[in-house]
Amino acid sequence: MATAPKPQTETKSAEKEVLLRVEGITKIYDGTVKAVDDISLNVMKGEIFGLLGGSGCGKSTLLRMMAGFERPTKGKIYLAGQDITNLPAYQRPINMMFQSYALFPHLTVWENIAFGLKRDHMSKDQIESRVEAMLKLAQLTKYAQRKPHQLSGGQQQRVALARSLAKSPQLLLLDEPLGALDKKLRETTQLELVNIIEEVGVTCVLVTHDQEEAMTMASRIAVMSEGYFQQIGAPDEIYETPNSRSVADFIGNVNMFEGVVTVDEPDHVVVKCDECTHYVGHGITGNLGMAVGVALRPEKITLTKTKPKGEYNWCEGEVVEIVYFGDHTTYHLKTKTGRVIKAQEINNTRDLSCGLTWGDHAYMHWGDLAMIVLTH
Amino acid sequence: MSQASNKVFANGWMFAVYLFLYLPIVTLVVFSFNDSKLVTVWSHASTRWYSALMQDGDLISAVSLSLKIAFLSALMSVFFGTFTAFALHRYSRFRGRTILHSMATTPLVMPDVIVGLSLLLMLVSLQQWLGYPERGLFTILLGHALLGTAYAAVVVTSRLKEMDGRLDEAAMDLGAKPLQVFQLVTLPLLAPALVSAFLLTFTLSFDDVVLSSFLSGPGFNTMPMVIFSRARLGLNPTINAVATVTITIVSIAVIASSFYTSHVERKRKREMALAYSDGNK
Repeated sequence: MATAPKPQTETKSAEKEVLLRVEGITKIYDGTVKAVDDISLNVMKGEIFGLLGGSGCGKSTLLRMMAGFERPTKGKIYLAGQDITNLPAYQRPINMMFQSYALFPHLTVWENIAFGLKRDHMSKDQIESRVEAMLKLAQLTKYAQRKPHQLSGGQQQRVALARSLAKSPQLLLLDEPLGALDKKLRETTQLELVNIIEEVGVTCVLVTHDQEEAMTMASRIAVMSEGYFQQIGAPDEIYETPNSRSVADFIGNVNMFEGVVTVDEPDHVVVKCDECTHYVGHGITGNLGMAVGVALRPEKITLTKTKPKGEYNWCEGEVVEIVYFGDHTTYHLKTKTGRVIKAQEINNTRDLSCGLTWGDHAYMHWGDLAMIVLTH
Repeated sequence: MSQASNKVFANGWMFAVYLFLYLPIVTLVVFSFNDSKLVTVWSHASTRWYSALMQDGDLISAVSLSLKIAFLSALMSVFFGTFTAFALHRYSRFRGRTILHSMATTPLVMPDVIVGLSLLLMLVSLQQWLGYPERGLFTILLGHALLGTAYAAVVVTSRLKEMDGRLDEAAMDLGAKPLQVFQLVTLPLLAPALVSAFLLTFTLSFDDVVLSSFLSGPGFNTMPMVIFSRARLGLNPTINAVATVTITIVSIAVIASSFYTSHVERKRKREMALAYSDGNK
């Protein structure tokens, strides 16, 4: 497995058709602030592409440039081969579902959905049948004559979706589509949203700061930071094989060990850290004596009270914190060096499965393919 | 202090304030129905001064001039004020923004006398050079519109600040050209602010006496000017009558508008409660 960072360009997938091509796009504000820094990207037809990053990472600026609300300082945007870099927003066959929806408060649900269609000079009959179809798709038929403030959050979200899909855009942009909903509603809405999008078959670019949202909805994710892509890949790729410490840290929980390579063989390496020694069951692109990071996710650690056999891949500690989540429990263990390692246990029985309590001495161990060696 | 005496004090205080505010107005209204020729001596009730008002051509034409000026200047104020507000709100960076911003609001704090005097000086010199404009309705209108624009700009700006800028983007995203965005989204949402700006500038113009005095020409007397000049010669009960008519009209407008707003607000709250109670079906 290669752990060297991949070059940050798109891996070619020749069999699929490229719908949106972004070429070396840069946005500089006020002559100094680089919001987006030389990003290139291909979005395939039919996929849901996620842009994931913290606030201020440039993801929204990138989305706004796709929509046409911002002009890039440098670079080009192509949609189905056509250069749309300088096309104003109202001429692009791209529609957006806005964060907190931006529904027109003075128009009814019906009029909101019809707004875009009316701009296209469609005939009255055509508009009517299209709006009816959209209402049906979003299960809003009985709310057609309501104003947005007469709807609940979930209904408003569906109106926003119906409105952005009404014009059958080639590309749909989703700006934090579930950000305004509460947690319980999010899960059902998320699936609903994906189902509708798949039914329509529209290509999407999704912007979010919520990794769960990105993981469940997107087929590919770009992790963004400070205006550039740190990694692009499928959700499981990003989670299980992050290419840098910052991606590993940003996506999910991780225990990060710093160590030195003491054995470097093609089929295994050994990394000596302060707390423990890692035996990694594959080769790395590095050399002997190199300082590397070892990332280990909490759910890949098993807790026992008895000392594991062998000298590798275990560590001892004292339980200092137990965080109960219902379906799983996270134990915080303090090692002899004083650092705290998190281990996650699934509560597959109704008594807490490993029977550990505060102050207990315990051993953590893991398999030789559980960790990720990071050189960046 | 006990709670009861606290309440007595609060009520007493409120009563005193209301008395201070409204006693003069009530007195004026009552004395407009006084039969006596002396404004301050009550004889018996009559509508004598209202019939006198009907006969008073000067006062009637002054009222109609005032209404005309107030209406037109309010229209102009809202028009220019809206554009000023837009320029200031939408375009955060352009040359001279700071100057425009402070200049637009200066008339709010500048004493009317100064504004009136400087306008008069300007108009006089313009008239000397160009022979235009003659002082009269047009010049009064100009002065009132100048003042009103500043007020309207403030009202509209505060509404624009509240408005969600993404609505414009959403409209554009759905294919509306900039002019359509303004017409279909911005304007309808701005309408309440435009109405209140109109009412505000209308009243400002209607009761202005300072600017009008500076800017009017012979034969152009607005209602406040007439009242003011007559009051200096000794009060005439007809003035009470015209004031009462004005108060009645204003009160009806104010009460109607507040009823309307509270009705809309209640309806909106009810509908929102309804939407949330039937949940996310």
